[in-house]
This record gives sequence, structure tokens and C-alpha cells, in this order.
Amino acid sequence: MTPSTTGRPGRDLAAYTLRLGDDALVLCQRLCALVTRAPTIEEDLALANIALDLLGHARTLLAYSGRLDGTGRCEDELAYLRTEREFRNALLVELADGDFGVTVARQLVYALYGELLYAELARCSDAELAGFAARAAKDVEYHRMHAAQWTVRLGLGTAESRERMRAGLELVWPYAAELFETDGLVERLDAAGTAVAPARLRDAWEREAAAVLAEAELAVPAASWQATGGRSGAHTEEFGALLAEFQSVSRQYPGGTW
Amino acid sequence: MSAVPPLPAERVRARVGAVPDPELPMVTLADLGIVRAVRTAGDGVLEVVITPTFLGCPALPAIEADIRAVLAECGHPAGRVRQELSPAWSSDWISAEGRRKLSEHGIVPPGDPRTPLPVRLRLGLRCPHCGSVATRPQSPFGATRCQAVWVCGACRETFAQLKAV
Repeated sequence: MTPSTTGRPGRDLAAYTLRLGDDALVLCQRLCALVTRAPTIEEDLALANIALDLLGHARTLLAYSGRLDGTGRCEDELAYLRTEREFRNALLVELADGDFGVTVARQLVYALYGELLYAELARCSDAELAGFAARAAKDVEYHRMHAAQWTVRLGLGTAESRERMRAGLELVWPYAAELFETDGLVERLDAAGTAVAPARLRDAWEREAAAVLAEAELAVPAASWQATGGRSGAHTEEFGALLAEFQSVSRQYPGGTW
Repeated sequence: MSAVPPLPAERVRARVGAVPDPELPMVTLADLGIVRAVRTAGDGVLEVVITPTFLGCPALPAIEADIRAVLAECGHPAGRVRQELSPAWSSDWISAEGRRKLSEHGIVPPGDPRTPLPVRLRLGLRCPHCGSVATRPQSPFGATRCQAVWVCGACRETFAQLKAV
């Protein structure tokens, strides 16, 4: 059953799909910026393909959110005409691109989470979200395999690759917790069976992450601190620059189409 | 333009199904299994329901425009196209005919779920260039979102496989 577009269930689901859509959109933008900067041309292609998958996910989720929230905003309006504080992505996905070890670590954290989330969401009571999730889960499975293979390859590679993979994991790990945060919104949706509270995925995520790192002979980083704030619109300093670039064409040529 | 008498839904379905995919024009929408229903909606308008192969696929606007053109030709100028995400599309939905056409054009189709298991489990895909089965997957990420890259150990060429999803 699709919730009514007015009233709390519709607004809750709109806010929830906006979070997921923003995660996919912002990670897509970060990955796009790495094209031509990956270690090999095959990896350029892989990152571009993953970014395209994420763009497809973001478009579907944002379009749905715009239909549910009562404003009738389309996917482009949500992507290009919101300000920094209106974005609801987790901070993990906006972390600045740096070393390839950071890219792989971020992909590992996000893809393991995405695969678990979408597998669960595929069973939710909202037919549209369930259909989206069932299809998106298959894409994210490829993303998880990609990230896990690189983690193991770099972990078991040279002293240099191992150190850079370790440093990447250490940098991104404190940002994982935010993906599993809970609040009234996700708890209401979870209780109604409309969506999934990500806190329920945490144990499985920890197990799967530990298994990949064990294969890579890398230690699970100690969570010294936990990032938070993205779900309420408090972003990192780098996010403003990302958004300025991402929205620049749309702001210079308002309403432009081609 | 003189008005065309509206064709019944079943005949429109055949015409819509024959529309070539914009990205892989050797196969039709029916071959790909993306046309889910052609039916008269509650408001009396003929509606074509499709399921995207890849979410947010950039070929979708072209596919929808092509379908609307067919609807107009079939006497349903107000006909509409609607996307339905559930159940999600799977490469298992590609027809036997679609698989044959892809193969003929050098794109190896994903494993056919209708093939009995002992046959489907094989070590390498057959190379479309030289026919060798000494092939291995190179990357699940190829020239488009729907294609994976394989490499042949015999002729050393790469080839595309339509990704299993």
C-alpha cells in the first residue's frame, strides 16, 4: 500500500527516502570526481559505473520523495535547488576524495550497509520502495564485491598498499555509525513496516565488515569517535564546495534543459 | 491528419513490444521483458506499464517517447506510459529470442534461468570472437551499466556480457 501523500505517514516516508536519495546522490558526485584519477582505466570505468548506478538510485528516490512530500518537487529541483542545510545525507558520503585507500574504505562501508538495507527494504510494505530496493540491492551487491576485492588486494599487497588501505579505513570508520542512527522518524516507519530502521542492520554489518577485513589481514579500526549531524543538515566543511560545484550549471542557467 | 481507429490493447501490446531498445537496438522491448501490461486505465486511457531494467536508466525517456509515438500511431494519442518498480526487473526476464539476438551481435547474454542447472554451471562463457571457452570475467563494470567485461584467454580479446541482475 502506498501511503497517502498528505499526513504524517507520507511526510515521514518522504523524509526517509530523501535521506537515502541524498546518500546516493552525494556519493555519486564524489565518485564522479575520481574518474581519470583512478589507478587504472578499468578502475575509472568501475567507479564511473558505480556512480551511475548511484545516480539511478538517487533519481528514483528523490523523485519519489518529491511526490510524497506534498510539494510536488521533481528530482532535479531537489538535487539542484536545495541549500547545504537541507541535504540529509550521512557525512560518510561527502568525505573529500583523497587517497585511493580512502575511496575503497568508503565504498566498503557504504556498500556493505546498502546491500543489507536494500535486502530488508525489499520486504517493506510500501510497494514502490520495495520494488526500488529489490532492484537496487542487485547493483549494490556488485559494489560490495568491488570494494571487498580491493580491500583484500590492497591489504595483502605491498607494505605501501597495506598501509594506505589501513589509513583509509581508519579515516572513514568513525563515519560508519551515523548510517545506523535512529530517531523518531525511522522508528515510526519501522514499526509500521513501511521502512527499515538501520539500527537493526548494525550487527550484520559489523560481522560482514570484520570478515572482509580478516580476509585482508587488516584490523577493524577502533571507533575512537562517531560522526553525526548529516541527517539533520549539519555537514562537513567540504560539503559546501561539493554542492557549489554540483549545482553551478543549474544556478547559472536556471531552468535550462538540453 | 485523419484519425486512426484505436487498436485494441492486445494489438497495441504487440506493436509496443516490437519497439527496439535505444541502447541495444538489436533487441526489442518485448525481448527485454520490460513491457508489463497494456491496458485501459480507470479513466479510459490506454496505459502501457513498463519496468526499467536499470533504475534511472538514461534510455528511459527515449523508450517512453518511442512508446508514446506507437500509441499515437495505434489511435491512442492520449495514451500514457507508466513505470512500475515492483516486482523489480531481472535479467532472467530476457526472452530466449532476445538472448539469441544478443549472441548474434557479439553480446553474450546472462545465464538463462530456463537452462537446466548442470548445463548452466560452466567455467567460461563462449568467446564471441573465436569461440573458445577459455574465458574469464575481467570486470563487472563495462561500457554501459548493463554490460560486464570478459576476456578470452585464446584470442586475448575482450567481449561484453549483458550483466546478470
